[in-house]
Amino acid sequence: MAAFGTGGIRSQGRGPSLGFRFTLYAILSIVVMFLDQRHGWLEQARFVLQAAAYPIQLAVNSPSAAWNWLSESFRTRESLEAENARLRKQQHELELRTMRYDALARENGELRGLRDALPSVADRWLAAEIVTDSHRQRIVINRGSTNGVFKAQAVLDDKGVIGQTTHVGPWSAEVILITNPEHAIPVTIERTGLRTIAVGAGDEDSASLALPYLPGNADVKPGDQLVTSGLGGVFPAGYPVGRVSEVHRDAVQPLAQVRATPYGNVDSDRDVMLVWFREGHPAAPVAATTGDLQVGNKTLQPQPAPPPHPKATPPATQPETSNTTPPANNPTAPHTANSSGGARKPASPSGTVNPSPAPSSNGGTAPAPASAEAAPATKEPAPVEAPKNPTSEQSANPPPKDP
Amino acid sequence: MSWEVSRGRILFSTLIALVLTVLPLPELADLIRPSFLVLTVLYWSVAAPRAAGVGLGWFAGLLLDVFQGPVLGQHALVLSLVSLITALEHQRIRSKPLFQQSLIVLVVLAFYQGVVLAIDGWTGHPLPSPLQWIQCGTGALIWAPAATLLAQGRRA
Repeated sequence: MAAFGTGGIRSQGRGPSLGFRFTLYAILSIVVMFLDQRHGWLEQARFVLQAAAYPIQLAVNSPSAAWNWLSESFRTRESLEAENARLRKQQHELELRTMRYDALARENGELRGLRDALPSVADRWLAAEIVTDSHRQRIVINRGSTNGVFKAQAVLDDKGVIGQTTHVGPWSAEVILITNPEHAIPVTIERTGLRTIAVGAGDEDSASLALPYLPGNADVKPGDQLVTSGLGGVFPAGYPVGRVSEVHRDAVQPLAQVRATPYGNVDSDRDVMLVWFREGHPAAPVAATTGDLQVGNKTLQPQPAPPPHPKATPPATQPETSNTTPPANNPTAPHTANSSGGARKPASPSGTVNPSPAPSSNGGTAPAPASAEAAPATKEPAPVEAPKNPTSEQSANPPPKDP
Repeated sequence: MSWEVSRGRILFSTLIALVLTVLPLPELADLIRPSFLVLTVLYWSVAAPRAAGVGLGWFAGLLLDVFQGPVLGQHALVLSLVSLITALEHQRIRSKPLFQQSLIVLVVLAFYQGVVLAIDGWTGHPLPSPLQWIQCGTGALIWAPAATLLAQGRRA
């Protein structure tokens, strides 16, 4: 049995030849790829395509949505009561913690000589639902530009940072997860104040982060908590990212191999949060397009900045981008790192983040005295989220992680 | 008896294939799921090379890019290339029995996968898991039923 008829043959010879048409389409695709990859000039086209794709995404997601709805509606009274009790307990705990947090924030403000405690860095929250499962460490959520979502917006869940928006359609947005190998997020190790970059190291079936820029004698150990450092222009300072899961120090390698497990988990929870940040707040992310590092309101800056050391400033490719580059001498950053997390330890007494790793904790190979300077040097790829050109498109797709 | 293929039928089957391709599935099923969209485009470029052909491949690929691709135009380029090859060879492919067609489809799917991976590499995107090559095999296995189904639909 032939599965094919002769349809189409009779129209052979009409119109331009197949090869010619293919050449046209091939050129078109290459141009599209080039524009999309290099310049992000296709935002408008992406916007339209995203809108066109959204109904299909909803349709393909409807079976699992229906299943969730069904299992939700057929729950027993006991399980609902149990959940209610659990939530009430949790709410009490959170209330207590908030009270303590308020007191701490006030005290912190007083200690810094501020008249009033700072308002919370998050200005507005919007809950969103995940529409499609993660494919290549990207997800689609059901909020778009009609809800005010913008490109390179931070996406969190109740446990930590999830990712940031890369493409925004009218009713939906694509989110790149922090575990995507194309994504890098500037973090601080909470225990030591050491700043570095966490690069996605997830694949199809596991979510993990790598910290590839830590020297072999850096003070890091399993269990250390990673929080956002506020650099890079997307995430505000002080939000939990993950926990260091393993540290390997190899005698022949100058850098430690550090892995971390992210807190945020899109597999277990369908709800995420989009956050708008108070502009000018010291803990707000440094805007990638402004020309200087002075974050926000001068009156909110508690004390004169320590003198920056010029050596840590990597050579900026373009003068405008120097704002997000210096990882170590940004006077505002130690402050921002402290101002949002209520009970966090100070980064370091000197006001800079140069860590002074304890010699006892090094792997026994790298010379200890050089380490304090080695740390910022290896952190030079810090501006991974900083745009190569100051357009906001680039900051949403953090460039490859190699320095 | 008319063999004229209606464009509506082509578009409809392509849309269904797209939905099947992006439908969220459990991990194992997702691993072995063939790209129904590529199979459908292959079928139509063999069955109706003028009505479908390169243009269908390009637009289907662009849709796939919107859903799955890190860079716009990647699947569009490769799918239009694959549909060009099959459309040029459509007479030779049609004359073969379904089993041999499956072997050809296996080669074409492997070629497709290879070029997609190459573009991933050139554009600096991370490569998907090597287990994805299994999808070429399942695609070839499912070719015979899929082609029969699409042909039935056309005759009706």
